[in-house]
Amino acid sequence: MNGETKAITNIMVVGMGGQGVMTASEILAQAALSLGYDVKKTEVAGMAQRGGVVTSHLRFGPKVLSSSIAQGEADILVGFEPAEALRWCGYLRREGVAMVNTLRQPPPVVNMGLYKYPDDPIGQMRAVGVKVFDFDASTIAKDMGEPRLVNTIMLGAIAGFLPFPAETLKEVIVEGFRARKPALAELNARAFEAGRAAAATAATVPA
Amino acid sequence: MNRLAEAGKNRPQLLSGNDAVARGVWEADARVAAAYPGTPSTEILESLARYPGIRANWAVNEKVSLEIAIGASVAGSRAFSAMKHVGVNVASDALMSQTLAGVEGGLVIAVADDVGLSSSQNEQDSRYWGRFAHLPILEPCDSQEAYEMAKAAFDLSEQFQVPVLLRVTTRVSHVKSVVTVGERVEHAAKGFEKNPARWVLVPSVAKRRLGDQAVRDRQLAAYAETCDFNRIDEGTDRRVGFVTSGPAYLHLREAFPDAPVFKLGLGYPLPIERIRAFAASVEALIVAEETEPLIEKELRAAGIAAHGKDILPATDELTPNVVGPAVRRFLGEAVETAEPIKADVFPRPPTMCVGCPHLAVYYCLSRLKKQINIAGDIGCYTLGAGHPWNALDTCTCMGGSMGMALGMDLGRGETDKDKGIVAVIGDSTFLHMGMPGLLNIVYEGGNVTVLILDNRATGMTGGQEHPGTGHNLRGDAAPRVDFGKLVEAFGVRPERIRRVDPAEMPILFKTLKEEIATPEPSVIITNRPCTLIDCFCKDTPFRVVEEDCTGCSNCLNVGCPAIQVVRTGVKKMAKGQDVERKWVKIDTAACTGCGLCQSTCGPGAIVRAERVVAGPGAGAAR
Repeated sequence: MNGETKAITNIMVVGMGGQGVMTASEILAQAALSLGYDVKKTEVAGMAQRGGVVTSHLRFGPKVLSSSIAQGEADILVGFEPAEALRWCGYLRREGVAMVNTLRQPPPVVNMGLYKYPDDPIGQMRAVGVKVFDFDASTIAKDMGEPRLVNTIMLGAIAGFLPFPAETLKEVIVEGFRARKPALAELNARAFEAGRAAAATAATVPA
Repeated sequence: MNRLAEAGKNRPQLLSGNDAVARGVWEADARVAAAYPGTPSTEILESLARYPGIRANWAVNEKVSLEIAIGASVAGSRAFSAMKHVGVNVASDALMSQTLAGVEGGLVIAVADDVGLSSSQNEQDSRYWGRFAHLPILEPCDSQEAYEMAKAAFDLSEQFQVPVLLRVTTRVSHVKSVVTVGERVEHAAKGFEKNPARWVLVPSVAKRRLGDQAVRDRQLAAYAETCDFNRIDEGTDRRVGFVTSGPAYLHLREAFPDAPVFKLGLGYPLPIERIRAFAASVEALIVAEETEPLIEKELRAAGIAAHGKDILPATDELTPNVVGPAVRRFLGEAVETAEPIKADVFPRPPTMCVGCPHLAVYYCLSRLKKQINIAGDIGCYTLGAGHPWNALDTCTCMGGSMGMALGMDLGRGETDKDKGIVAVIGDSTFLHMGMPGLLNIVYEGGNVTVLILDNRATGMTGGQEHPGTGHNLRGDAAPRVDFGKLVEAFGVRPERIRRVDPAEMPILFKTLKEEIATPEPSVIITNRPCTLIDCFCKDTPFRVVEEDCTGCSNCLNVGCPAIQVVRTGVKKMAKGQDVERKWVKIDTAACTGCGLCQSTCGPGAIVRAERVVAGPGAGAAR
């Protein structure tokens, strides 16, 4: 999308602990590395595996200096959860896109009634001018028989927005499974395509 | 061949700063490495343990880890220790004296500062230790440098017979970047040579070594002027030049690509004369250092005019969006302040896991909190300070709950003279630094109820082994501490040592009340494993029978993230008052089947579910 006009690609993956945010950004990083890009990837994790906010910054290009994406600089925001996408959407640049899984995951402090979950996080993002593609990746994953496929589905969904071929990303995912869990390679290949299709459908819905 | 040792020799690979340090340490042929887990340093030892030919081990605390490394160095082996910033406080007794005696085999200590406070109780700047302990400090900015400096640090250590600090920060440890690695270079251990005039630090020996240390200081200062790890990026825009180190260098280069930058790889001692010449080549000099104004003050003391914390913050990271506007304002340039998008989103604080054995403990403590003061400690159970429990009153340092609880007992005032004093500590933290404090509670006959939450893991850092788990870092079986026998040996009376399964919550609650009411030292040991470790087994999960749920929301007070509110409403009670109701469901795929919520459910709406498709951690992929 921006490979020619802008040297560095900035991708931010956000969600909560346990959703696979770091895995998704690791796969993207490996794909970029395989193409010879300089890559930096950083997480704010710390105590995050305890259900807290997780953000991963991935930057690649001819030469990457700082590992941190500044506000207003991200090309793609991958939101594993809609309120988390809203929380971080200020990091997107004006022409950037947000790809968001619509399954809501309210934290205990919301369940307890101490805070309110936003009525329409996606709508709020659109209201401030963010270009959002949203779809229910969790239901697609569940229908495919494995909730953890959300990760691969989300990667498939953003594949069309990357400055390299979608096939490269798909190959990295499938190869990874072939090496470690061969039984899941084919399923993940299908999940990747399901994500691509879902993103294409989401794109036809007027914002 | 070892897969890790062979990996990436022929092509660049993506390594975290921690993995890169491990690679450098291994290539330098360190034979012994020891650490206690601590974010952001933990993965260094975990990574090292997978290499051949190095004895990597978890120590019970940072002081012991450094002493192991010192012993190996004295025996002529190259040796390594890693710790988080606050770990050096624990290790400093060994550090401050061994620096006088020096080293035999190269001795390198990796210190990971948590700049930005992602997972720590303070943000202390470890570069002070270089000044305090007369040690050189290497400061990598990314993984490639972390690898190279870790390896070179051993040569430096042996050249000057001094321990070397390798100072990384969260933004080095936990950033993955591209690294090209090399080969291991063999350094055989010499073996220990008896030399009491050097290794036995009695006053006469130490006094002589002080003179040697002063000589070493001068030699290191001279070396700093020639060290290749210090380098200058010549810029074209000479309005301002920067002196910087660590990842702040990368942030600066991003924000000011044309500015001259003096990059310190050897962060201490400073190459004062080189910096003086550099300062003369620019119109203004700004020191950008994370976090305290150390370099800045030393430059001023040497008569070099320098800006620093008058422009830049003295806490947190100096990212491009921090240094950029600050320096542009200093230069009198207009700074665009784009209106940030306001996203008013609820906080999502870290919380305890689904089915965590600590949930029961904090549910009980939260019921009793008005009658007790609770001294807390460092670990997952620190989360008990949060919602819905709010049942932790202090947290300062590793093992601090023990001594502080005794002090809270001895220092009671009129308002808390009848309150119970409870100390909460985990198994790993207890072994790390809690044991001496408990001994003092017993010694002084303190009226303290100590809860040792034995979940068989160093939980918060990711479930590492320790002497209470039965395994070591390399996965070998190891003797396992018996906490009951241990505290009995300290002098806790056997009838005051209670072992409780926290899943039996009514028994836990009763035990807690009994021990709080007993005015002498007592210890309650809970024994359920952490849900994130291998030996944890899920039980049949639970579900909520919708029509039986009355919305009383008692179960929400447990704080288990698997319990979710499906709808809220108001119910008129018999006496006419309105009571808020929250009807719930259980995320059955996530539920571990501990049954804690069931024991809080009056109407019996929580029942066992049929086995469902695997949720996170259930191993469907295996």
